[in-house]
Amino acid sequence: MIYEATDLPLPVAIAVAVFLLLGAALALIGAIGFLRLPTFYERIHAPTLGTSWGIGGIMLGSMIFFSVGSERLVIHEILIGIFVTVTTPVTFMLLARAALHRDRAERNPKVPGKQTGEAEV
Amino acid sequence: MSAIIVFTAVSIAQLMLVAAMAIASVRMFIGPRAQDRIIALDTFYINAMLLLVTFGVGTGRVVYFEAALVIGMLGFVATVALAKFLMRGEVIE
Repeated sequence: MIYEATDLPLPVAIAVAVFLLLGAALALIGAIGFLRLPTFYERIHAPTLGTSWGIGGIMLGSMIFFSVGSERLVIHEILIGIFVTVTTPVTFMLLARAALHRDRAERNPKVPGKQTGEAEV
Repeated sequence: MSAIIVFTAVSIAQLMLVAAMAIASVRMFIGPRAQDRIIALDTFYINAMLLLVTFGVGTGRVVYFEAALVIGMLGFVATVALAKFLMRGEVIE
């Protein structure tokens, strides 16, 4: 089943284009930030730009395109959106904990030590 | 007219996503430690998934959606397994 973009109305085409460009630009900004930030714990924040609104923008564009093109509601792209939105915090939290564990095992002075529950004197 | 708009937007979006994949692979090569490389791999497959969806919009076929879904699910499992390996030294204990 092939849907051509020629029979789309003009406002729908503009909306699809805007959402696609928004998502791709956010993914690119996230990747650039991931390259440029200095430490690992700062770098881990940048790619989430691409996994939140990068995914959201491109999935919204795709949903609008296929819904208008096939003249029925096509929202199966929302599956990918929900899945990535749920799994990204889990993976990054696991990775940050693993990195913290490795830094503490090497006694790296830049990371805070383990909190023992009693106030430090 | 609308075909030109959608085609241009899809082309620019694909260029941006390929640039993001290239940047992620640069970080995967220079990344000082293993956790940087794992996050670079994560970013890489997310961008590849977005590229597939964009490709589906550009060609008007719905089959690319399934490929994107499979990439997303397998990538999550791979990243969790690698993080577990960093934490414990083994994946299944």
